Amino acid sequence: MIKNKVISRFSFLEFKGVFENYLFILPAVVIFALFYIYPFYEIFNLSLHEWNGISSVRQFIGIDNFKEIMQDKVWWSSMWNAGYITIIALTFQNMLAFSLALSCDRDIRMRKFYRVIFYLPPILSEVVVGLVWQWILNSGVQGGEPIGLLNYFLTKVHLYHLVHNWLSDPKTVLTCIALVHSWKGFGWGFIILLAGLQTIDRQLYEAAQVDGAGVFSIFKNITIPMMMPVFILVMILTILGSMQVFILVLSMVGQGLVYHTEVPVTRILVSMMGTGRFGYACAQGVVFGLILIIGSFMIKKISAKVKQE
Amino acid sequence: MLFGFGCSQENQTKGVTVWHWMTDRQESFLKLAQQYQEQTGIEVRFELYAPSELYSRKTIAAAQASVLPDIYGILGEKKRLASFIEGGFVANLSPDFEANEGIWEKNLFVKAINVNRFEEGNVYGIKPGIYGVPLDVTNIQMLYNKNILKKAGIDQPPLTFDQFIKDAVILRRMGIDGFVSGWGEAWIIECFASNYAFNIMGEEKIMATYRGEVSYTDPDWITVFNIFKILKDKNIFVEGIVTKGNKYAEQDFALERAAFAFNGSWCVNVYDKMNPDLNYGTMLPPRYNLESPMKIWGGAGSSLVVNPTSKNKQAAINFLKWLTAKEQQAFLSKQTKNLPANRHALSFLPKILSQFASSMEDATHPSIWKHNENLLVSEAFAKGIQSIIIGEKTPEEAARDIQAVKVYEMEKDKKRLNR
Repeated sequence: MIKNKVISRFSFLEFKGVFENYLFILPAVVIFALFYIYPFYEIFNLSLHEWNGISSVRQFIGIDNFKEIMQDKVWWSSMWNAGYITIIALTFQNMLAFSLALSCDRDIRMRKFYRVIFYLPPILSEVVVGLVWQWILNSGVQGGEPIGLLNYFLTKVHLYHLVHNWLSDPKTVLTCIALVHSWKGFGWGFIILLAGLQTIDRQLYEAAQVDGAGVFSIFKNITIPMMMPVFILVMILTILGSMQVFILVLSMVGQGLVYHTEVPVTRILVSMMGTGRFGYACAQGVVFGLILIIGSFMIKKISAKVKQE
Repeated sequence: MLFGFGCSQENQTKGVTVWHWMTDRQESFLKLAQQYQEQTGIEVRFELYAPSELYSRKTIAAAQASVLPDIYGILGEKKRLASFIEGGFVANLSPDFEANEGIWEKNLFVKAINVNRFEEGNVYGIKPGIYGVPLDVTNIQMLYNKNILKKAGIDQPPLTFDQFIKDAVILRRMGIDGFVSGWGEAWIIECFASNYAFNIMGEEKIMATYRGEVSYTDPDWITVFNIFKILKDKNIFVEGIVTKGNKYAEQDFALERAAFAFNGSWCVNVYDKMNPDLNYGTMLPPRYNLESPMKIWGGAGSSLVVNPTSKNKQAAINFLKWLTAKEQQAFLSKQTKNLPANRHALSFLPKILSQFASSMEDATHPSIWKHNENLLVSEAFAKGIQSIIIGEKTPEEAARDIQAVKVYEMEKDKKRLNR
């Protein structure tokens, strides 16, 4: 009898303890469910419907929206365009960020000043950056003089053959956007990579130098392997950020040059706000999200394999 | 839905709340609201949400959350207005327009009202009626810089397309760009092309194209597309016209970088602010087919609708009646340099606006057409023209691409109907 009382008392206390624990995490769970799980569920649910975003009636159409996406040439070309911007960002932007991080990791004069300067572009508004670069790349002419700063400069240094219609030529427009995106984005890569470089134990470098290792050997055998987790992080963030670029596109070329500047987010906006097909827009969002998740996962896997080797 | 939170009119039942996106008119609206309160004791709150894309999202979100204000505007195609009506978010104002022998309706321009009217048997399946109140009237036509033309020895603005090309070539020889427009915005390209389509083939054939009975590869459509090729080949466009937003195109014309522009009547206010000394006039796009008239887009510029579930519905309608009365319309027209929706307020117009107003007879608008093109086909149409302008495609190739999108979208529509 006494034993039973002790057990039931223990169970009650145990239950109370567990209940209290759950009670503490309940607000976080509720917020997470309300603002993360529910929107995800609702987006997926909407992707299975035909809905104009206003009507109270939603028609269930199964996976028809996904089938349509598979045949949507403009959607897949927008994916390619974003992929091109991402490739430029992964190479040019990250190499620039890493080179500058390496420079600022050394004992150079005014390195704090450079850190601030290099981090300025990321904190500027994307719209402002887009508009400023649109002015720089403007191909207009007034009174025989180019209006755009780049063409004006090229004229002044007598490089007339390089004066170009930068944002209205399919051959140059996407590269211009990608380079501006990289210019705007290299700063945060720089900060993360610099932080990574500063975590490498200096004694490793000193020991390698004592052993007679050269600069390149130290870089290849110490810096690169030690920086690998940071590289992976920067690469994943670059992919996620570059694939989702759209404000810069809108501010530089408005509704775009034919379909050459379409990116996935602008297509989602067209589906949602232009044609009023919320269900289709949500399906595009789901497909896009899955591609980003798979891409990031693959980078992580490949990098882990490279690290092992 | 988040946009809608905290915006309910539930706790603001006294007075009337108006949502709008017109940044240039907020000051005038506030003055009128104050005047209305002094006259009637009813408070009117004008709440400005800009830019227009944000405003558009806000109204959709508010409709989903049922927190729309007493009066608001709906941006976008007529299809969107129909969606709002279908969802029960817009009141049918026909009884109010028809009351007192239809005095309210008679005071306003028919073309402005028609933009908000749904006829019997409309394609959207909306109950016939008038669902919006026009605040002003716009039309979109060509403008010419008088000083530049005079300098080039051109006495009159061109009436025919051939003459336009000749004039533009003279201007080009003088180092002056011929034509600017905001063709980075698809709808302006569509508008310009549509003007020439009306001139070349007439309304019925255009509607037949929208119904899918005439192909975009038809010779008449090729002629329309070829106009852009001619303009491109003669080097008449300003550099970068295909990605130029209308704001920048307005800047180019205001700063006398181009002799001709294609823009709406709202530009009077814009040019006045950018260059008050700009000496310009209006003209219809020069006719290609001399045997047919030229049509331009025109009608209601901005309209407001009434929330049918509003507790202040009648007060909202009364306010809109007052707002569209002669005195208030004249005030708005004077302050914002827009054409008034009230036909009796025209006498207060500055000269350049009168020129715009005189072309209203030649105006038509997609919102009053029996059929509208599928929006993705419209997009392909504008993009196809862009590809002609940048020399990427010939008019025939662009036409084939547009027709391919048309066929694909029609198949999709059929599938949707079969569901």
